[in-house]
Amino acid sequence: MEATITLYVDGGRHDLTVDTRTTLLDALRDRLGVTSPKKGCDHGQCGACTVLLEGRRVVSCLALAVAHDGARVTTAAGLAEEGRLHPVARAFVDHDGFQCGYCTPGQVCSAVGMLEEVAADWPSHVTEGLDAPVRLSDEEIRERMSGNLCRCGAYVNIVAAIREAAR
Amino acid sequence: MTETSQPRAVGRPLARLEGADKVTGRAPYAYEHPFDDPLYLHPVLSTFARGRVTGVDASGAEALEGVRAVLTSANAERLADTEDREFAVLQSEEVAFHGQFVAAVVADTPEVARQAAGLVRVDSERSPHDVVLTGDHEGLYRPGSEDGPASDTEQGDVGAALERAEVLVDHTYRTPTEHNNPMEPHTTVALWEEGAQRLTLYDSTQGVHVVRASVATVFGLELDQVRVVAPHVGGGFGSKGEAHAHDVLAAMAARALPGRPVKFALTRQQMFCLVGYRTPTIQRVRLGADRNGRLGVLVHDSVEQTSTVKEFSEQSAMCSRWMYAAPHRRTTHRTAALDVPVNFWMRAPGEAPGMYALEAAMDELAQACGLDPVELRVRNEPGTDPQSGNPWSDRQLVRCLREGAERFGWYGRDPAPRSRREGNWMVGTGVAAASYPHLFNPGSVARVRYGDDGRYEVGIGAVDIGTGAWTALTQIAADALGCSAEGVRLRIGDTDLPTASVAGGSSGTSSWGTAIVTAARAFRAEHGDSPAPGASSQASAAQDTVDEGYAVYSFGAHFAEVRVHADTGEIRVPRMFGMFSVGRVVNPRMVRSQFLGGMVMGMSMALHEESFRDPRHGHVANGDFAEYHIPTNADVGDLRVDWLEGEDPRATPMGSRGVGEIGIVGTAAAVANAVHHATGVRVRDLPVTPDKVLG
Ligand code: FES
Ligand code: FES
Repeated sequence: MEATITLYVDGGRHDLTVDTRTTLLDALRDRLGVTSPKKGCDHGQCGACTVLLEGRRVVSCLALAVAHDGARVTTAAGLAEEGRLHPVARAFVDHDGFQCGYCTPGQVCSAVGMLEEVAADWPSHVTEGLDAPVRLSDEEIRERMSGNLCRCGAYVNIVAAIREAAR
Repeated sequence: MTETSQPRAVGRPLARLEGADKVTGRAPYAYEHPFDDPLYLHPVLSTFARGRVTGVDASGAEALEGVRAVLTSANAERLADTEDREFAVLQSEEVAFHGQFVAAVVADTPEVARQAAGLVRVDSERSPHDVVLTGDHEGLYRPGSEDGPASDTEQGDVGAALERAEVLVDHTYRTPTEHNNPMEPHTTVALWEEGAQRLTLYDSTQGVHVVRASVATVFGLELDQVRVVAPHVGGGFGSKGEAHAHDVLAAMAARALPGRPVKFALTRQQMFCLVGYRTPTIQRVRLGADRNGRLGVLVHDSVEQTSTVKEFSEQSAMCSRWMYAAPHRRTTHRTAALDVPVNFWMRAPGEAPGMYALEAAMDELAQACGLDPVELRVRNEPGTDPQSGNPWSDRQLVRCLREGAERFGWYGRDPAPRSRREGNWMVGTGVAAASYPHLFNPGSVARVRYGDDGRYEVGIGAVDIGTGAWTALTQIAADALGCSAEGVRLRIGDTDLPTASVAGGSSGTSSWGTAIVTAARAFRAEHGDSPAPGASSQASAAQDTVDEGYAVYSFGAHFAEVRVHADTGEIRVPRMFGMFSVGRVVNPRMVRSQFLGGMVMGMSMALHEESFRDPRHGHVANGDFAEYHIPTNADVGDLRVDWLEGEDPRATPMGSRGVGEIGIVGTAAAVANAVHHATGVRVRDLPVTPDKVLG
């Protein structure tokens, strides 16, 4: 079964027809040629496909495209403005927060979404208390970024990059 | 000894040249090149470990709209050369392991391909299978070929020395099946053009020329009929070091449907059957020493598995041939061919499991002798290579151990196990040595051309799998050509460029860099320092850049602090420090990342990774990222690395040695030794998990 939907991806409007089984990730990669989000597992286990959906980080392999008709999607490619890298992305380059780069667009989107969550004082597993303002310690960064696997093991540099970008 | 080039760009911490493309996701990986009107392949895998396919009913699949072809052994083309049996895809009805290709669907969309694959009915006749490795398996044999390293070595009188030993450590260490799991799934996009005469593969590989050679052989093509392209690759850690069956399957499917590219990305689950893995090992290590800890005898016997399809033998006891002085020594390897998928390289094949066993045993010997583990290793430092008698080119193990110990804060620890407790956490520290041979692959060729824009275009079919080759090779070329890094435009990742060896065995930068230096010297000799636009030279790396009269190895030392929860057995690693000696460091920023990443993978080997093969069906029962655990960000604490400044002109003209693998070697032992120090429990089978610690 097919459905026609509209997606606003990185500021551009796309009308497309998808199989109702198509994930948001496959809609982006296979239908629209937007390959910034990566497929590492297709099961919500690795975070490589993380995008910002209406500003919040989601794993796009677990979202069905047809359920997000009209949605605004931002990928790591769309975070760059006027050819200038987003500060988080810039910090990933400066701190060598990646090696093969395959997990990286997902890490960058996840970090951007995560920093918003911290700014809104959403607590995490390692936050002391539920009501206090959240202070972005390394422990908080590690905890909040643990949905994004990196097989190259760039975690130390990812933490350093996010720490700097958050300053 | 070759003269080293004057470093100006080499040694500088340049950021990755492709960094902006990677952080935005614009750098194209195999699946992501723009293709017109592609088709999608989804395979059907065997669900049993041994037997025959007696029939395939594809009618349900073929009835689906959008299905273009269903390939089976009945209709697939006969391949020209399947001497390498891993590539004998759909050539017979025989099934040799669970997860083997038995059919494949090609369709207009990935959803339809997948649905149709699920509708293919496979009838079979199953035979009893054997998928469990044991130390006394009746099929064990001595592996290896004439031209490979010897399976067994013996020096002195081992039997008598074992009897004489004042202190004897004799234990068996086990490591499990482990899967490489690079983040980018193995992917091939295959396209036949010119009347099915020319094949292009966009492949996720560590070696474009390696894949080209295999695929050309299998299909009976000339090399120039095949092009393999891989500008960016999402990790490999060995599994992408050769073509695998999926390359052949994608190419077969595309030839059946010429003119349209066929895209085939393995699922994460399929990667547990089809692209190699590290064999489980059962290693008995015997260390005989005097009371002062001086080794008299070292015996390392390793038992491993391989597949019935083809042999790959992991050389886990090799490290015991050069690590320590001992007048009497034996190393052996035995392998059993089981009904399992083909095993292959995984980061530091041999050294990673082997050094776990040896370095865990050294820790046990230190305890038995009442010696500090750092001091024990220092006492057994060999003056020359125990195997060959050759002098070392640059053996810096003792300095790595001593400086590492200082930096980590090793000294002053109470050596007694279970002596430090903080609340409910038992705290311990562990050390292990690391070493990796310097490997150089001959045959790489580089081309230098002076462009109209005043930049040197340097081409070589190398591949960057995350090592930093894009940047490091640019730096090497700049120094060799006497220009700035900006003055070089590097081209890699394409068989249209001159031949390059595989990105494997930590040999890439050494082998390709040597070719680039050689070509640059040729260019300067032929065209001088003010070349005319269009001037070009090509040269291959000399066969003998490594000084044969020397033993050329890298060394390192790992230190780990672990905390083990007294009630739950949870194991945390708050601190690790690695000190390395790898000759000259081409790019400190990226070399540091390689060490860090290797250590994370070593810690993962110590605590997380294990593929459970179900003995009833022969498949890996935990074949995805939810159940095959690798470290997350929160699992990695204060991890630091450093290295000794140096250069090793006997290794390469750059003075550098390889860095990709040494980070994983020995890490698992350091962590396991620290767990013993924290808890008093000696776990001798990896991974060290809470149940084993609580035991
Ligand atoms: S691809 Fe979506 S979480 Fe792995
Ligand atoms: S950079 Fe390779 S997986 Fe993260």
